[in-house]
Amino acid sequence: MLVHDFLINSAARLPDKVALVCDGHRMTYRDLDLMTNRLARALVEHGVGRGDRVAIFMPNSVEAVVGIFAALKAGGVFVVINHTTKQDKLTAILNNCRAAALIADAQIRDVHLSALLHDAPSLKVGVLCNQGAAARITHPRFIDFDAVQAQYDAAPLPRVTIDLDLACLIYTSGSTGEPKGVMSDHSNVVFASESIITYVQNVEDDVVINMLPLSFDYGLYQLLMTFRFGGRLVLERSFAYPAAILRRIEEERVTGFPGVPTIYALLLQMDLSRYDLSSIRYLTNTAAALPPSHVLELRRTFHWARLYSMYGLTETKRTLYLPPEEVERRPGSVGIAIPGTEVWIEDEQGNRLGPGEAGELVVRGRHVMRGYWEAPEATAQRFRPGPLPGERVCYTGDLFRMDADGFLYFVGRKDDIIKSRGEKVAPKEVENVIYELPGVVAVAVVGVPDPILGQAIKAFVVAKNADLTEMQVLAHCRSRLEDFMVPRYVEFRDELPVNTSGKIARRELTQALNADRST
Amino acid sequence: MQVTALDIPAQIRTYITHNLLFGDESLIYSDEDSFLERGIVDSLGVIELVTFLEAQFGISVADHELIPENFDSVKNLAEYVARKLETATLVEAPRSSFDLGEAYAGP
Repeated sequence: MLVHDFLINSAARLPDKVALVCDGHRMTYRDLDLMTNRLARALVEHGVGRGDRVAIFMPNSVEAVVGIFAALKAGGVFVVINHTTKQDKLTAILNNCRAAALIADAQIRDVHLSALLHDAPSLKVGVLCNQGAAARITHPRFIDFDAVQAQYDAAPLPRVTIDLDLACLIYTSGSTGEPKGVMSDHSNVVFASESIITYVQNVEDDVVINMLPLSFDYGLYQLLMTFRFGGRLVLERSFAYPAAILRRIEEERVTGFPGVPTIYALLLQMDLSRYDLSSIRYLTNTAAALPPSHVLELRRTFHWARLYSMYGLTETKRTLYLPPEEVERRPGSVGIAIPGTEVWIEDEQGNRLGPGEAGELVVRGRHVMRGYWEAPEATAQRFRPGPLPGERVCYTGDLFRMDADGFLYFVGRKDDIIKSRGEKVAPKEVENVIYELPGVVAVAVVGVPDPILGQAIKAFVVAKNADLTEMQVLAHCRSRLEDFMVPRYVEFRDELPVNTSGKIARRELTQALNADRST
Repeated sequence: MQVTALDIPAQIRTYITHNLLFGDESLIYSDEDSFLERGIVDSLGVIELVTFLEAQFGISVADHELIPENFDSVKNLAEYVARKLETATLVEAPRSSFDLGEAYAGP
């Protein structure tokens, strides 16, 4: 089975079922199957071939969904890029994966799409969506999404892919600050989605609401899994307007609610009694740990629904889940290995550890992805040989301990990666951007505990230029970084602590911050 | 504090420029432009806007009012604030002889 078969099979079985509710549109499986065929044909005609990368740069939308499946039907590999990414990083990602096509929203602020054709020479074609009638970009290498839908044949293309071919690259932050593309082949996605569907117990009647970006694997898999089991996806742009989301849950009789701790923290502050949320059958949490108090409060608030605490990393998609019946007994645990996979905990010497001992979580299964795109060193570090010849297991870089019954508890990370709003932020990436400002001598970016964000980003800055203000630092960050990477706090210091090798001691700053809070 | 309906959009814009765009005045947007679509306000920016409105205009934003129709453009926000101020004035009318600050000073 291939990933685009999720759509093709459901369209064959349930052609008239509404598959996608988004932005006022209600699209059936047949609609989407035909739209993706048309776009796939346009991509192929403009030179996209088997294995070519197709970048999708858009907020959650019908066009983004069509773009994902059209890329696969064309034989390509889809790469969804967070729509708040700024020009330089977008260009860097397009060049890193040598994208052959870019499907983009013409309305995105701060990005000059025409310049991309010049700066990312691998691009053969750009597909523009949501173009206003007034400011159409005319360029021989740009085509219009709506024109493609009006002009191209909707007959399916011949199948060219096998399940060892790549299906997608998902870019994630690494500790070096350079974004890395996690490669998933079709079989990885098919296996991971099946495993998750099994324990979430999805059925065709499920209506799943997704407000997480499709650039984030947790959001992306809501789409992929729902199309696989023939359900309905209610696709929202974000959780910015919680009341609008709650209203949508009522209107659409939503059964599945995937959230992250920030969303749950906001939800638990609201008066939910005015909404009928009785249709919800399950809630899931991942991306960062829910505080045990929130786990129990969610249990009480949604006492009729199943609550899943989960853990994963893009490199294996999902890794652990806590069976809902265990939630009240072990609210701090993120559970056991997902069906069909196994995990263990190792110390630095590679010895497997028993209950109560903290060590690195290692993951084995067909959901272990294919490595990082053209980054052999980073791949070799994270994906190491497994028990059988030719096999690879994933070293997560996350420290866990296990209780006597084998349930796992997250302890901390081995590196400095910050988790804010459930998104990974590499301190180095933010620091590099702040160093671009004139007069900046030293920067250290750390995460500080925050009740809503999980961790809030704080930048310590040493500047020669006494005129540099917090606003200037923040404005610069906002112009260069995705929204979730912009610091919440900036503090100017005369100097920063350094360790014996002369590097800035980020850890010492974090410890000092935590000590301040505990006094 | 005296607020006229005319001031409201300007005050909202000033707040956005300073606190959400960090002083970046290069972004041109109309009063009708969607905050989310134009990337002016992100999901947490909406929560910050609530705090600002409550402090600046002395209104109280109910959870169920957090919808794009009230919040997603300068125009929507200004109209929402004006409506809230109007209702607040009606409610407060019987004690109009009190200083507003004193009326709120109680427990």
